[in-house]
Amino acid sequence: MPGRAAPVLEADHGAASGTGAGKRAVRAVPAWRRSLRPYLLIAPALLLTGGILYPFGLGLYYTVFDFAASKPQPDLVGVENYRRIFTQPAFWDSARVTVAYAVGAAAVETVLGVAVALLLHRSSRVGRVLEKILILPLMIAPVIAAIMWKLMLQPSVGVINHLLEPFGLGGVQWTDTPTGALLSSIAVDVWVYTPFVAILALAGLRSLPASPFEAAAVDGAGWWFTFRRLTLPMLWPYVLVAVIFRFMDSLKVFDIIYALTEGGPGDSTMVLQIRAYLEAIRFQRYSFGISYMIVLWAVVYLVTMVLVRYLGRIQNRAAEVER
Amino acid sequence: MDMHAHDRRRFLAIGAATAASATPLLTACGAGFGGDKARNDGSAADDVTGSFDWKRAKGRTVKALLNKHPYTDALIADLKAFTEKTGIKVEYDVFPEDNYFDKLTVDLSSGRASYDVFMLGAYMVWQYGPPGWLEDLGPWMRNSSATGSEWDQEDFFPNLLSADQWSLKAGAPLGQGGQYALPWGWETNVVAYNTEVFKKLGLKPAETFDELREVAGAITRRAPGAGFDGMYGVAVRGSRSWATIHPGFMTMYARNGLKDFTVEGGKVKPAMNSPEAIAFTRDWAEMVRKGGPPSWTSYTWYQCSSDLGAKKAGMLFDADTAAYFQAVKGASPASGKIAFHPGPKGPGGSLATNMWIWSLGMNARSRNKSAAWLFLQWATGKEHLRKGAIEHNHIDPVRKSVSQDAAYKDKMRAVPGFIETFETVVDETRIQFTPQEQFFDATTSWAAALQEIYGGKNASSVLNGLSGDLASKVG
Repeated sequence: MPGRAAPVLEADHGAASGTGAGKRAVRAVPAWRRSLRPYLLIAPALLLTGGILYPFGLGLYYTVFDFAASKPQPDLVGVENYRRIFTQPAFWDSARVTVAYAVGAAAVETVLGVAVALLLHRSSRVGRVLEKILILPLMIAPVIAAIMWKLMLQPSVGVINHLLEPFGLGGVQWTDTPTGALLSSIAVDVWVYTPFVAILALAGLRSLPASPFEAAAVDGAGWWFTFRRLTLPMLWPYVLVAVIFRFMDSLKVFDIIYALTEGGPGDSTMVLQIRAYLEAIRFQRYSFGISYMIVLWAVVYLVTMVLVRYLGRIQNRAAEVER
Repeated sequence: MDMHAHDRRRFLAIGAATAASATPLLTACGAGFGGDKARNDGSAADDVTGSFDWKRAKGRTVKALLNKHPYTDALIADLKAFTEKTGIKVEYDVFPEDNYFDKLTVDLSSGRASYDVFMLGAYMVWQYGPPGWLEDLGPWMRNSSATGSEWDQEDFFPNLLSADQWSLKAGAPLGQGGQYALPWGWETNVVAYNTEVFKKLGLKPAETFDELREVAGAITRRAPGAGFDGMYGVAVRGSRSWATIHPGFMTMYARNGLKDFTVEGGKVKPAMNSPEAIAFTRDWAEMVRKGGPPSWTSYTWYQCSSDLGAKKAGMLFDADTAAYFQAVKGASPASGKIAFHPGPKGPGGSLATNMWIWSLGMNARSRNKSAAWLFLQWATGKEHLRKGAIEHNHIDPVRKSVSQDAAYKDKMRAVPGFIETFETVVDETRIQFTPQEQFFDATTSWAAALQEIYGGKNASSVLNGLSGDLASKVG
């Protein structure tokens, strides 16, 4: 505002009277700038939200048409794409595979991750070295890990069968059977992400209060009793955070399975993400493919909401235990 | 608590209002559908007048999307000659085959002319042609101002040129309608075998499908004991992909007189569940179980080819080029010991063979069509293709003159049986599939069905299921 004296704060009056000599005068922020500040602060978040909502809205918009490469001028079909999805046996097969994969991967990763964390927590020096090694799979892109495992699981030249040969177990067709392909995919997921669970659980273990454990030790409580009654209930909120992340990610898996089996043999590892990709990109039925993704988003959203609410209850309970 | 509920209700209301208002906004922002509004019936070829001139588009740049392939290497090695001849620069991106077609599909469907020219197969014409993404090259070929007389259309093997020509109607035969791509390099599907193991085991190349199954099983059983550790009978593709169906499988399927679809009254109907087709598919899966590669369900042409070269496979029933690249001197442990054979005949001696054509196409939205056409003309011309075939590995010529060239024949004679096999099947080789837009869905599902049958499922129920599923998509 040219020609208008800027208001000064009390500090300035002090300085003028000599009581605060040497202190820098602080100019008062004009009211209009103060009122603008919250909007400026929220602007990045609004932009980010827009960046998420725009493609999401666009996706939803496409699902009510029959847009495909073969139908570039589509008709409005309402919920027909969703009706077709839910009446297709292929969808329910994929849903079963997706849930089996997500439950299997998240469960094994949780158990193994907690077990590894407990081991690392007990042996401090070795634990610190192992912690650094443990993080290595997380530094590899999952698709690279899957390709690496695909080579290692190759029946005739892969290293896994070579290692198993002395035990009379060589020649296993790891990804050639429906069950083998699903278990192999879960195994790769476990290899990549167990360290993630272990690191979260380890952080949880290190933040637990020492006094309940000291009291238990004085009372002569055994390891199993302490683990079951003290460690696990207090650690559970941390574990649950890991479970939520891993379950959500496993429901959305694409890279590991696509690189390892392409959804086969047959449709045995055809998770919803791969089916959506094939529909939208390979077969160019855009609306139908996006509808698949929207359905998957809804499922992940609902499951996560339930788990997060459960997490809240568990956290409250853990806080009471600690008190 | 009340406050919380109130906030949530307000948030939902705002969200609903935003969503409701978003629809026109999205459309206004250009979030509409791709469509083919820009497509017009007149061809840009009509704008080219006067006498033919290679320098007509001097100073322009053509952008090409290429797949990583020995044919591509031959093209890139000769690009300088094109620039010298025309004054046109070529910028190119090369992608591995795993991502190549996804990249091309996304690029074309986006409606942006990022690339003026690109490699594609004839099957892709069935997918990219109907939405209007491919330039019809017919008007360019017919315009003597745009096309030099030395290009010589008659010199192409006619079954190759017609493979890229289609009327865009599902079920309609090839060889009619627009010319949506030009044949540039191709592959015929035959049997290549390791002469060393055949000699040692006293085997002869199979003349019938029954013999092929027998020979494949015999190699798997006997070769490891005869000094060929880990060798199995026949390398064929098995991954859950359309590419599994078209080489050996479709060739033998066609030689048995079987059809993928029938066309009745303009309607396309699946035929892969006829009793004869079911019996054939069951036999094929059994052959793979007894004489095929371990981990067959992940096999692409890369694995098949390298297994033949590494002496892991006694035979390869796939593209002749896949075997040739292993057979040339010093290319693999098996080089010098690989011979070619046309493969088993069908009933009545049929040598009907399916093929793959690497073609070159032009983006219908290219803003550089005149220069792009000069590039296509040069790349499919006699001079470059002869050089590619003789000096590089651009084998299986699409031009008759190159296939008869003495220098080419001298080069190819180094691989036993190659020329004889090529000349035996060349006239019998054509696309054995029924042209239709859902080709990739149909063949990918077909490969998945083959995997299930290989895994022990009942062939009849699997193929009936496949047929029922496809009927609703292609009908």
